[in-house]
Amino acid sequence: MNSLCDDNTVAVVGSRQSPREAFEIIVKRHMKDAYFIALGLVGNREDALELSQEAFYRAYRHYDQLKEKGKFFPWFYQILRNLCFSHLRKRKVRRTGSLDDADGTPGEPQIADCFDPGMVAERNEAKDRVWKAISRLDEKHREVIILRHFRNLSYEEMAKVLFCNRGTVTSRLYYARKRLKEILDREKGGQPQ
Amino acid sequence: MTCQDHKDLMMAYLDGELDESQRKAFEEHLASCPACAQEMKEFTKLKQVTDSVTLVEPEDRLWEQYWGGVYNRIERNIGWTLFSVAGILLAIYAGFKAIEDLVRDPAVGLLLKIGLLVLIAGLAILFVSILRERIYFWSKDRYKDVRR
Repeated sequence: MNSLCDDNTVAVVGSRQSPREAFEIIVKRHMKDAYFIALGLVGNREDALELSQEAFYRAYRHYDQLKEKGKFFPWFYQILRNLCFSHLRKRKVRRTGSLDDADGTPGEPQIADCFDPGMVAERNEAKDRVWKAISRLDEKHREVIILRHFRNLSYEEMAKVLFCNRGTVTSRLYYARKRLKEILDREKGGQPQ
Repeated sequence: MTCQDHKDLMMAYLDGELDESQRKAFEEHLASCPACAQEMKEFTKLKQVTDSVTLVEPEDRLWEQYWGGVYNRIERNIGWTLFSVAGILLAIYAGFKAIEDLVRDPAVGLLLKIGLLVLIAGLAILFVSILRERIYFWSKDRYKDVRR
């Protein structure tokens, strides 16, 4: 069975089709994972679509740099996450600038402000609170939560896409969940963030 | 094993990533450690809430048009590359023609012609120097082939 991280799609299609056709098959295989991971990282549909497509385009341009063609997804994931995090940082800088202009005081924009609550299916108050709390996690913690809860990756797969060992995955998940719980508890207690 | 060691197993237990013997050992620890049992209870509750959150599945149209969006970027990049190369070549050609006309024009003063030629020579030296420096540093870069 093809797992997300070890697939032979590339080898199989690569031998029979043109590079563009082969890449189209790869894109179609991974587009949902790419879109939903980007959505979890940046929080809104337009940016997630734009960034995931841009990541595929960059992967196509630099495809010759991928040494093990069967390990497409971990390599692609690095491109995608770097794009998403750099997008969030740029957005934060832009918003800080615009807030400075508006009232003359330095602003402290939250990534959470850009997370669209409409992205949660079958919404209710509890789910909205979790989504908001996820958006308040830092990058490393948010990504493990997204990979585990929204894409259901195993620890082995997470270790591959994050280029770390299983122990690091476990530890990162522990602290991510601990932090998530703290944020939810604090919100429940009505204390300001 | 200390409680800290068991904390590392806690996540794997929660996510069903432990093998049978590890699972049993961890459950024995939980039965004898109220602090870990309490923490485990809280994490289980958190996992249930987090698992209940699912993201909105976009309409089929988005998936149908997805490859088109990627392909457009690939195609436009080829277009821009050709356009840029052609633009640079045409600009260089036009520049040479303009200089040639200027140098051959008897109405233009000798000093201006010399000045122009010296300016071009200076630009050419600067260009070659920067290019050589870039190539040198790129070839000596120990990390250029490092890919994750």
